[in-house]
Amino acid sequence: MLYLKLAWRNIWRNRKRTWITASSIGFAVFFASFMQSMQLGSYQRMIDNSVRFYTGHLAIHQSDYWEEKILDNGFAHKSLMDLDIDQTKLDVGAPRLTSFALASFKDKTKGVLINGVDPALEADLTYLDNKIKSGTYMTGKGVLIGGGLSEYLKVGVGDTIVFISQGYHGVNAAGKYLVEGLLSFPVPELEQSAVYLPLPLAQDFFGAEEIITSYSMLVKDPKEINQLQVNLDEMTQGSELSIMNWEEMMPELIQGIELDYYGGLIMIYILYVVIGFGIFGTFLMMTKERTYEFGILVSIGMKKRQIQYMVALEILALAFFGVMLGLAASFPLTVYFFNNPIEFTGEAAKAYESFGYEPIIPFSLDPVVFYSQGIAILLISAFLGIYPMLAIKQLKIIKALKE
Amino acid sequence: MNVIEATHLVKTYNPDTIPVKAVNDISLEIKEGEFTAIVGPSGSGKTTLLNMVGGLDTPTEGNVIVNGVEINQLSPSELTDFRMHNIGFVFQSYNLIPVMTAKENIEFIMLLQKADKKHRDERADDLMEKMGISETSRRRPAELSGGQQQRVAVARALASKPKFILADEPTANLDSQSTESLLDIMAKMNAEENVTFIFSTHDQRVIDKAKRVITIVDGKIASDETK
Repeated sequence: MLYLKLAWRNIWRNRKRTWITASSIGFAVFFASFMQSMQLGSYQRMIDNSVRFYTGHLAIHQSDYWEEKILDNGFAHKSLMDLDIDQTKLDVGAPRLTSFALASFKDKTKGVLINGVDPALEADLTYLDNKIKSGTYMTGKGVLIGGGLSEYLKVGVGDTIVFISQGYHGVNAAGKYLVEGLLSFPVPELEQSAVYLPLPLAQDFFGAEEIITSYSMLVKDPKEINQLQVNLDEMTQGSELSIMNWEEMMPELIQGIELDYYGGLIMIYILYVVIGFGIFGTFLMMTKERTYEFGILVSIGMKKRQIQYMVALEILALAFFGVMLGLAASFPLTVYFFNNPIEFTGEAAKAYESFGYEPIIPFSLDPVVFYSQGIAILLISAFLGIYPMLAIKQLKIIKALKE
Repeated sequence: MNVIEATHLVKTYNPDTIPVKAVNDISLEIKEGEFTAIVGPSGSGKTTLLNMVGGLDTPTEGNVIVNGVEINQLSPSELTDFRMHNIGFVFQSYNLIPVMTAKENIEFIMLLQKADKKHRDERADDLMEKMGISETSRRRPAELSGGQQQRVAVARALASKPKFILADEPTANLDSQSTESLLDIMAKMNAEENVTFIFSTHDQRVIDKAKRVITIVDGKIASDETK
């Protein structure tokens, strides 16, 4: 308690310097936590959007399907019944039968991606019903096609479109379907090639009765994804099925996030280096101007390690004070922006929307944003504190008393 | 009984370049209860001698025995402990801990000695009363006059009940009145409580009060007079 009291009082011996140092630490913590909250918030939104866009958090496939996405690598829908999937942890699980076909209307033909889906479950998973730009959502009798595809084929709602493909195990697949609605996608590839039809119709078209190619799941609490994957992995041991998570299915998304994250981290490191020099300057002054005082303390019987302990407490108390200042400034602001994300307007908004993202900058309140900055500053201070510790250890009483 | 026995003390600075013997073969004994002034011109070796006797500096040659312990044989950590329990220091510029009140400064050394709170309180109050600074107990050094600070410094030196007190020019920064007052207090502590004081000084008033005066010239004892 004596040391803590001494440390606290010593910090305030030079109020101006303490405020300047604490403020610079506070600014670093404020800036770093605010930026990281923005980064993590954006990544989380990007991930949410991406998994909602198609893959879900987890997907069950036949083991070879991801390497070779062909119908013959599908699996029996009923085999999911053998898995004891904990539905209480799922927001939604949606089966799909996906393959390629040629779509034809009058004299136009184009390659398309056929998605046989459960209309209700797909709407829950990917909000497909919200992407209807004309016509109606699937009623069970017809198909939905991308807006770009409809323009290319010059086919509209109420027209009949023909699909030709190779079906399950090499059978011929051909059928004609009523176009019930047109979809609008932000991604040009889907806009030009996506076709959705009810799962039974797709299975019938491909001659793949009861066959699906994937079962996509959206997990209620993303923190449980890994555990759920482990459980499912155990259940599918020895079967033809395998489980993939969204990170495995979208490695490019992870890479993009990592690239951006490390870019931000470099900025924060540069900031820390600049602030570190400021902190070191303070520690240097604290040590130099008190050499005589340390000499006196050793003379009257205080051991060097006791002085080191006192100075270490001063250093940590100063860093802690600065960290608290920074967090006191950043936390309320981050909470505000968490509840009221920054909204883009104009061209920037359009650019965001074209990638299928909401035109906002969301913020994260993940505790790691705050404590990681605090820990980083305390570690930097502890590292820089090595200098005063060494200076005290090497203190020569007589030399110190002559300072 | 001797509290200090110094034998053939030599302190040589710059031994490898231009050797300077600040203390050149000094031997002396200080008995318990002495009130001794070490005098001499600037650069004569007074402070160096005091530093070696106080265990702050190590002699190039010779031994210092304090209360039966050869202090040059102690490790730095043992020496620090030894100083805390056996030697009180009073410096020219007071050297109180600026962030502590007068009473906390006096208690500080007892805290290092791990004395209990009751004992610390009683001892600090008693010393402050004897020094005539009770009313300053809650003030920090910056709020005290030079004379008051030096009295707090003497009280701090006495707090640990040392075997002797080394005072390096304790009156150099004090006015006449503060000097007289401080000397009276130290003389009283010496007379009533048999506290051993050793001063290094130029101050004639201190020399006049001293019972023994050792004069050092060029690192050697030129005279040693007991009044």
